Amino acid sequence: MNLPVLKAADFASDQDIRWCPGCGDYSILAQMKKVLPELGIPREKTVFVSGIGCSSRFPYYMNTYGMHSIHGRAPTFATGLKATRPDLSVWVITGDGDALSIGGNHFIHVLRRNLDINVVLFNNRIYGLTKGQYSPTSEEGQVTKSTPMGSIDHPLNPLSVAIAAEATFVARSLDAHVKHLAETLKRAAAHKGTSLVEVYQNCNVFNDGAMAYAQEKSQRLENTIELEHGKPLIFGTNRDKGIRQVGTQLEVVNLKDVAEDDLLFHDEKAMDPSLHFLLSRMRHPVMPEPIGVFRDVEGVATYDEQINDQVAAAKAKHGEADLNALFNSGDTWEVAS
Amino acid sequence: MSVQPEGQLIADKEISEVDGITVRLAGDSGDGMQLLGTQLTNTSALLGNDVATFPDFPAEIRAPRGTRAGVSGFQVQFANSEIFTPGDTLDALVVMNPAAMVTNITDLRRGGLLIVNEDGFDAKALKLAALTEDPVTEEIEDRYRVFKVPMTKLTRDAVKELGLGMKEADRCKNFFAMGLVYWLFGRSLEPTLRFIDNKFGKKLPDVAAANEKALRAGWAFGETTETFGITYRVAPAKLKPGTYKNMMGNQALAWGLLAAAKRSGKEVFYSGYPITPASDILHELSRYKHFGTRTFQAEDEISACCAAIGAAFGGAMAVTASSGPGIALKAEAMGLGFILELPLIVINVQRGGPSTGLPTKTEQSDLLQAMFNRNGEAPLPIIAAQSPGDCFDAAQEAWRIAVKFMTPVILLSDGYIANGSEPWKVPDVNEMEPIVVTHPPDAAEGDAPFMPYARDENLARPWAIPGTAGLMHRVGGLEKADGSGNVSYDPDNHQLMTDKRAAKIEGIANDIPAQEVFGEESGDVLVISWGGTYGACHTAIERCQREGLSVSHAHIRYMNPMPANLGDLMRSFRKVLVPELNSGQLRMLLRAKYLVDCIGFNKVKGKPFSVSELMDQIHEIADQPTPNDQHFG
Ligand SMILES: Cc1ncc(C[n+]2csc(CCOP(=O)(O)OP(=O)(O)O)c2C)c(N)n1
Ligand code: SF4
Repeated sequence: MNLPVLKAADFASDQDIRWCPGCGDYSILAQMKKVLPELGIPREKTVFVSGIGCSSRFPYYMNTYGMHSIHGRAPTFATGLKATRPDLSVWVITGDGDALSIGGNHFIHVLRRNLDINVVLFNNRIYGLTKGQYSPTSEEGQVTKSTPMGSIDHPLNPLSVAIAAEATFVARSLDAHVKHLAETLKRAAAHKGTSLVEVYQNCNVFNDGAMAYAQEKSQRLENTIELEHGKPLIFGTNRDKGIRQVGTQLEVVNLKDVAEDDLLFHDEKAMDPSLHFLLSRMRHPVMPEPIGVFRDVEGVATYDEQINDQVAAAKAKHGEADLNALFNSGDTWEVAS
Repeated sequence: MSVQPEGQLIADKEISEVDGITVRLAGDSGDGMQLLGTQLTNTSALLGNDVATFPDFPAEIRAPRGTRAGVSGFQVQFANSEIFTPGDTLDALVVMNPAAMVTNITDLRRGGLLIVNEDGFDAKALKLAALTEDPVTEEIEDRYRVFKVPMTKLTRDAVKELGLGMKEADRCKNFFAMGLVYWLFGRSLEPTLRFIDNKFGKKLPDVAAANEKALRAGWAFGETTETFGITYRVAPAKLKPGTYKNMMGNQALAWGLLAAAKRSGKEVFYSGYPITPASDILHELSRYKHFGTRTFQAEDEISACCAAIGAAFGGAMAVTASSGPGIALKAEAMGLGFILELPLIVINVQRGGPSTGLPTKTEQSDLLQAMFNRNGEAPLPIIAAQSPGDCFDAAQEAWRIAVKFMTPVILLSDGYIANGSEPWKVPDVNEMEPIVVTHPPDAAEGDAPFMPYARDENLARPWAIPGTAGLMHRVGGLEKADGSGNVSYDPDNHQLMTDKRAAKIEGIANDIPAQEVFGEESGDVLVISWGGTYGACHTAIERCQREGLSVSHAHIRYMNPMPANLGDLMRSFRKVLVPELNSGQLRMLLRAKYLVDCIGFNKVKGKPFSVSELMDQIHEIADQPTPNDQHFG
């Protein structure tokens, strides 16, 4: 059978997009529409589930099945859906407030269960939809509507949390780096298990430029480092700097002084999450921030697979389920007419 | 299977034929009273008696030993006719220690049997029970027929030859007590021997042997000792012909869900977070994976409810359950389920509240929570189960309504129903009618655009599920445009959609049976009850009717919407009495909806109504002048 070849436009719904002009969300939407046709999954088998926030309006703009749910709970809706319908490709779209504040609990649990879904976390380090309060990823001291004297909360690092929960796929990308973003989304889709992609997303209305150090082309090469499996960690406009491991710490070194072989080599397949965790601790401005795939561990059973395997195993063991037999099992007695 | 009492009776002991007996077994929560009670119930059911039970235990797993707070009790009534309650006053009370005695003795009727484990009444036990002297006083001996039995010693003697440690030996004393009780009421040991063998036979043969010896020793003690001069017999009850099984409420609920799945060609997705007294539904369903049942122990109740909605979106028969505090957490998601118009069952096994309240005690105080615990205009259908066995039917009715009207349905049970048990007539699955579920098929090229919020004659929208080509659509909590379901902030549309959703739920009244009445359709007093108080109300009203009072009974199953004839029915009586285990929640709804001034009879003690207190109340109402004559006729 010849399947129709789909284009990005086929994944666009007929709904008007209501994000602010210039919002980073547009770019993520565009890359998603570009990537999905390449996956070869029919539109009707694709479901987007989101929570609440600007980013969480995403499903309305996709011509697939979709559910815009309640604040912070998208992973739980996805769990019920995927557990009963493992045939579907399920994407969770969430924001930093949605996933890490109200939904922090569910975020951890969906990752540790390793449900076979893809979670895309739009991190703009602010609450967009409620007009600019600080979020769990806002920097200390950030002045917002609700923190006129500066935020006193210590920010949460979503990738550290995810790696601590032993998520099997963890990556970071940028709304402005469209090629990298598309590539990362594709890698996430290919992973079996929960894949988490944190996307630095610019909220140009309430937190403009918060991640400019990583987003701006001119600064990106100095302030970020692209992870590649099996390769040494090298960065800088002139690729003249690297990352070396000393004991339990990472440090920036100059390649003039240190040989490439002595640098840290990235192993995204390592089952032990310790090094991935160390990478997640690299923060601007002390260190370049890694982008790309931190962790892509294979062969870990998924929740949906296992819940359905147990059903299949029980059916194989007990044979065709028979309600009459169940109802008449155990101690019964007869009352004669 | 026919079950005969064991052994031959000694001729010099009198046998007394009685209609029914109410026994309560009480001891420390570590004494195995619940096991003892369950066994006695099962055995009595197998003998053909009608049975009704009421377990009552502390909220703590290891409550302080020997104290009043640690007392665990199990009450069972077995009778030779149909009964609806575990009984008011006790004919017999078995107590293992002084704390159990002092906390239960007031329920024993004058002249009733008090069987005391003498060995449990030492100085230490008295102290733990905060007593300065032996509670088995002369006054007690005058008032009741007291039998002191050194159960601990006799149990030790009985298992001596097995060489068990003292602790292990003492653990068998509940089986000794059981043997004695069985002898006293002519119950067969056989079902319990089978139980012991099944439970311990293979894994712990020593324990099995010890329990068996203790059980038989208890029986033999009754038979040989001079202590007891009389034993009792209760003939089988005349129930409707058929095969019966003793059922607990939570189990019946789980089985009802399986039956509903079968009738609708679906598989169950059940998600829950452990909470008393709802957990057993999760435990029970987890055993039936071969029926295609998927159970999900979520990280909290919010997750449980949301996961169920996700599964419903995917086309599963989705169910979530909790008790009051957990239902509070599910509230936001229930509102979403309502506006998404997806079928879902949300079960609330109510317990004493507010907040954590009395987790192991029963109450009916979540009715208003079920009615109103959502933001915005979000009415949901509510069904209340009335007895353990009825949970089976209520679960299926909830699912029938959920799919026919595309809505979440709230199913109310309570701790009294959930843990209580009664004989359940095993249905024939082949005779069950199907519950029709349809999912629209793939759309063909050139079909009109799919309208996810188009409505059928019941105002239900289509249940189009992911995977169906051409029907791609997005649902969400934002208000939807009529028909297309697209996001709409249009004021008139919001009014229209609010009205349509409300009309859909209201319309369920045309799809449910008219309110039945037990007794005349008009008269002096109408008692309106709901949920787990059915048995006590029914029994009280039946007795009042026999006494010649003009009283009728309407037990409501459909709490929202209520049956269409209910208002007229209320107005056909001079007085309406609404007994509830809360401060007047149904009464408030009835008064608001029908403008009839009902009289409340309310109790919030974590305890069910007794038949006698209800009868007293009905008498009092019947004797009073009529406050609402204006509604009469
Ligand atoms: C239960 C609940 N609490 C609060 C809100 C209000 N609310 C909506 S979105 C949001 C924060 C969104 O922030 P984020 O997840 O970072 O998404 P963004 O809008 O920045 O994309 C809040 C607090 C809500 N909708 N529901
Ligand atoms: S408020 Fe910020 S995140 Fe929301 S749409 Fe506007 S720019 Fe985007």
